[in-house]
Amino acid sequence: MTTQHEPTYPPPRRLKPWNAVERGLAKVGITGRMLVLAAPVIWLLVFFLVPLFVVFGISLTTKQFGRPPYSPLLTTEEGTVQLTLHLNNYIRLFTDNLYVAAYLSSIRIAAIATIITLLIGYPMAYAIARAPGPWRNILLMLVILPFFTSLLLRVYALTGFMRGNGVINQFLGLFGIQPIVMMQTDFAVYVGLVYTYLPFMILPLYTNLVKLDASLLEASADLGARPLRTFLSVTLPLSLPGIVAGSMLVFIPAIGEFVIPSLLGGPETLMIGRVLWDEFFSATNWPRAAAVAVAMLVVVVVPIMLLQRAQGAVVEK
Amino acid sequence: MFRRGWFLPIAAVLGFSFLYAPIVSLVIFSFNENRLVTVWSGFSFKWYGELFRDPQMLNAAWLSLQIAALSATIALVLGTLAAVALVRFRRFRGRTLFSGMVSAPLVMPDVITGLSLLLLFVAMESMLGWPQGRGMLTIVIAHATFCTAYVCVVVQSRLSDFDRSIEEAAMDLGASPVRTFFDVTLPIIAPALVSGWLLGFTLSLDDLVIASFVSGPGSSTLPMVIFSKVRLGVSPDVNALATIIIGIVSLGVIVATIIQLRSRPKKARG
Repeated sequence: MTTQHEPTYPPPRRLKPWNAVERGLAKVGITGRMLVLAAPVIWLLVFFLVPLFVVFGISLTTKQFGRPPYSPLLTTEEGTVQLTLHLNNYIRLFTDNLYVAAYLSSIRIAAIATIITLLIGYPMAYAIARAPGPWRNILLMLVILPFFTSLLLRVYALTGFMRGNGVINQFLGLFGIQPIVMMQTDFAVYVGLVYTYLPFMILPLYTNLVKLDASLLEASADLGARPLRTFLSVTLPLSLPGIVAGSMLVFIPAIGEFVIPSLLGGPETLMIGRVLWDEFFSATNWPRAAAVAVAMLVVVVVPIMLLQRAQGAVVEK
Repeated sequence: MFRRGWFLPIAAVLGFSFLYAPIVSLVIFSFNENRLVTVWSGFSFKWYGELFRDPQMLNAAWLSLQIAALSATIALVLGTLAAVALVRFRRFRGRTLFSGMVSAPLVMPDVITGLSLLLLFVAMESMLGWPQGRGMLTIVIAHATFCTAYVCVVVQSRLSDFDRSIEEAAMDLGASPVRTFFDVTLPIIAPALVSGWLLGFTLSLDDLVIASFVSGPGSSTLPMVIFSKVRLGVSPDVNALATIIIGIVSLGVIVATIIQLRSRPKKARG
């Protein structure tokens, strides 16, 4: 409501150029608010919302040779405009076992990784929230640091760690233990997902836990509840928005992950992000890739809505 | 058990070791003389030298830095405007759609963002003749789009714990909204702008998936070069590069944290 604060006293003596422009624009119905909104609104409409509709449109075409490599949606022939919609990509999505299996295994892998991340991240977030003041900022910075360090490089660091002659196996070798095969297995993918997304879990949980009212915990203890009981019936329910926000922040990108399964996983590690990538780059079937993207969007819409609600709750308190 | 027992400290120590052990080992092995990345055979700067003689790496690094600086700057302007609109304008038509559009790129899987932007560029090129081909311009547009969301979140949180009465005082004293923004609001949110820009810069430098979709032949960014090298097999010079990047990023994060801590309003003083 910035425009309502027109000064009444002292009156502006000279009309500055900017004020003149502003008044001129106001006369044709353009307010300062509209100018502030214009750039981000136009940019996001053109480069975020419209592309999603374009993807949907192209998912209804079929592959053809030429540039661009998909059939046109609209054709003009003898003065009539024809709209041709191909459903074959979607039919294929449901009938080809590869896609169904890839969706199910992506959801499974992302869900298990989210649970493991929560189990590791919750105690860490709680420890940071309960740490003495100066320590808290240092520990938080230690959580943020890997978040800023390249995901690609961190995944690459993991390959050096888990390779056949990597650090872990060399360490085990000191005790005469045979090397364990870790790379190119689903196990490596889980380690990779937990490793890269742990900061995403810790940060919202911390934001939530640090606001926890200590007097509630004291009250619970005064009433005779033991620490575990207090945790289960006071802390845990109060931190639910943080748990949901953190879990969704891990689950959603994990569903579409491409880098981690392709560097750490084996050929049998099926994830939908990788399928989309191969469909686009190896098979150059753009319409099929678009259909895979639309189906992936459907899978992540519910988690995204859950996330928005949880974030609202984290911020409000 | 949970408040002042042994469980939390041990969990934290284990968790942090898990986060840092692979990075630390990568840094150590970047000074390894041996070609086999994980077999130690002596201290050497060999791979750093190799790195700076590789024109492909250097070109990609320069391209990535330019893209990151440009897209972070565009994102800074767009994200700040969006944040001001979301925090200051209580109600306006399409607010829900707007806030959804601003925050959705944060969580949108990279493969979807990359594919959808590429398909948009291709469709635009065949209809409008712009953008011609794909390269730096299309990567900058793509990166600016998702970085806007991050900048917006950072600036939004700063704007919402901001004392409105300072702005109102400026306006009561006769400053126009624009003047108030530049003289009062901007200096106060400056630390958030710095960290928002840095965040956008590092996110752009890091992106592999979106850039792979929207780049053309001859415009490979640094992550794209690293990815193809790593995929082909062992390449010790990537260790050296990673160490340099980790060093720069750590420095940046530490400086940004100090700036933010210093400038945080002291609420205790009331």
